[in-house]
Amino acid sequence: MTILQLIFYAFSVVAVFSAMMVVGSSNPVRGALFLVLTFFAMAGIWMILHAEFLALILVLVYVGAVMTLFLFVVMMLSVSRVSLQEGFVRYLPIYALIVLTITGLIIMVLGPKQFGLLQMPIPALKPADYSNIASLGMVLYTQYVYPFEVSAVLLLTAIVAAISLTHRAGKRHKSQKISAQISVRAKDRLTLVNMPSEKPSSPSSDTPG
Amino acid sequence: MPSLSNFLIVAALLFGIGMAGIIINRKNIITLLMSIELILLAVNTNFVAFSYFLDNITGQVFVFFILTVAAAEAAIGLAIMVVLFRRRGTIEVQELDRLKG
Repeated sequence: MTILQLIFYAFSVVAVFSAMMVVGSSNPVRGALFLVLTFFAMAGIWMILHAEFLALILVLVYVGAVMTLFLFVVMMLSVSRVSLQEGFVRYLPIYALIVLTITGLIIMVLGPKQFGLLQMPIPALKPADYSNIASLGMVLYTQYVYPFEVSAVLLLTAIVAAISLTHRAGKRHKSQKISAQISVRAKDRLTLVNMPSEKPSSPSSDTPG
Repeated sequence: MPSLSNFLIVAALLFGIGMAGIIINRKNIITLLMSIELILLAVNTNFVAFSYFLDNITGQVFVFFILTVAAAEAAIGLAIMVVLFRRRGTIEVQELDRLKG
């Protein structure tokens, strides 16, 4: 057993254990912190797989932004802790059955017989000046530039959606009243006034002095 | 170096745990969202593992996009949950039966 295998097994044991604690913990704050631990362990495994950029993105974006958002929301909502615990033990056999069935089926399909080292040998080591970020950027900004732009628009949509969902209207708030807009008729907007026509006055009398 | 099947089995375990977390959870929407994150993490690990062993960078590009979509999903999901808590005063899954599902 090489040292890389030891590191891999350590990271995967931590990841699987903390994933179980995410699902099983009664306190959502503790669950969120265990999810952070899972992300850290999986970032280590991605490092073993030479995906350095994505491992760092996982730590920075996920742990730094998404999980912080989770923790903020969990702490704001003040969920009562007692009601969370009941019912978990009752469903524990179903839980175990689901996990064992799904993982058993996947392992049967993807086990060492199909994807072992004989079938999938380790690729040749990259040269020392190989950069994961550079090669990823080369593909991302040429071949996948259109999906990249679409994902930027998607993030903008998420910003607008999150703000408009949670924004509380203040006193000075101006918003569109859609029902009033579509139920408007022409005679509500335009009134014809009956009045006698007037003669235009001479231009010299208009300007005083 | 661990073989590809080792990575796939770890991802399968995470996937199963996340799936079970969605199914058995009756108390807390936050745990449900966190289970979705676990499933996405398992899928991403599969992508990264195949990307390394097939020596093809496209898998990592896919992981990049999945991370983007997952961040957007978490933001909107949490916003919906905050609005729900404001309206109903609870985030228990059992209590949310307004649609009679």
